[in-house]
Amino acid sequence: MNKNLNVLINGIIRENPLLVLLLGMCPALATTSSAINGMSMGLATMFVLICSNTVISLLKNMIPDMVRIPAFIVIIAAFVTIIEMLMNAFVPALADSLGLFIPLIVVNCTVLGRAESFASRNSVLSSVFDGVGMGFGFTIALTLLGALRELMGTGKIFSLNIYPEQFGSLIFVLAPGAFIVLGYLIAIFNKFQNKASTN
Amino acid sequence: MAKLKSTFINMFLSLSIICLTVAFSLAQVNKMTLKPIAEAKALKLQTAIGEVVPEFDNDPVAESYMIASEGGDSLLVYPATKDGEVVGFAISSSSSGFSGEIQIMIGFDMDDKIVNYEILQHAETPGLGSKMGEWFKDMESNSKSIIGRDMSLGTLAVTNDGGSVDAITASTITSRAFLNAVNKAYIAYSGSKLDSYSGATTDDDTENN
Repeated sequence: MNKNLNVLINGIIRENPLLVLLLGMCPALATTSSAINGMSMGLATMFVLICSNTVISLLKNMIPDMVRIPAFIVIIAAFVTIIEMLMNAFVPALADSLGLFIPLIVVNCTVLGRAESFASRNSVLSSVFDGVGMGFGFTIALTLLGALRELMGTGKIFSLNIYPEQFGSLIFVLAPGAFIVLGYLIAIFNKFQNKASTN
Repeated sequence: MAKLKSTFINMFLSLSIICLTVAFSLAQVNKMTLKPIAEAKALKLQTAIGEVVPEFDNDPVAESYMIASEGGDSLLVYPATKDGEVVGFAISSSSSGFSGEIQIMIGFDMDDKIVNYEILQHAETPGLGSKMGEWFKDMESNSKSIIGRDMSLGTLAVTNDGGSVDAITASTITSRAFLNAVNKAYIAYSGSKLDSYSGATTDDDTENN
């Protein structure tokens, strides 16, 4: 149990997929124009990550090494398609705003990376914990990124007014703002982590 | 269970089984979500039509028909009637914007005035072009709002092009595209009206989406 807890925390902090491993940059930059978009993208990825980790870990002995990548991709793509259909059916507004980025979860390096480096080598239970931890870490990072961009760009967080919109700087909602905020987030995270490891 | 060796037959079987299982489960989910997705789409269309025309009591979707527009394509028209009398038309129109196609639903009343509009789909820059959903409805500013404008006086254009509509700040291309879509809808609509005045019968076969 202790080991699983370690795996969980690993995903959220020590090996945070976005801020430490620098995986999944494309959706992270493109979908985080608002906090709610970032969070939904994170949660969708987390769902896919948990499901694919579980299934791949279950099947790890039945998939011959030489075809493991196509097998993983098929399994991941299946879950992504399922969540896309579910979102279209039950939360169409959200599906509209995330648009193309839901199908693109298939090629998110975080998902395939975890399947390859963790789920295919570990027990089902720790793979689930890894999926939860990595997914949660990704969600937190995306929500934070989205919230900061929304706050600095439009003066809102989760559509709640913090300060009047005209004082916001539009660049943060646009693509360059994503790079700037992400850069600072990574820098702050690294500083904080280094301190923790030297003390 | 030991790990399967990468022999041809093993690889073939394992991939085939995975693909078949996946295909089967996707088919199941697709079956499950087909109805809710169709309902969500229909609801979206209904709400958009309800927003852009005066109060009505018919089913505009069931009575919709196509009209020809310049450039060869055709637009869908949703007529709104109350107590059997036509009160307005919702027209779904589109044009290509700054990034990708902008799809709008625009409503005219019988005096050729714009009742309201609704953006159905767009991929404009968030924070700039994406403001078009509210910008052209801003009732506090006459030069921004297109609501209530009489289209029979002429088509709309942004002030940069000598028109009377204020473009969205830093999004002139989007604004132009949006007004193009509005103009396209009106031109097609007035064209079809002339047809019916001149005695041509409108097509009775209604189209259902």
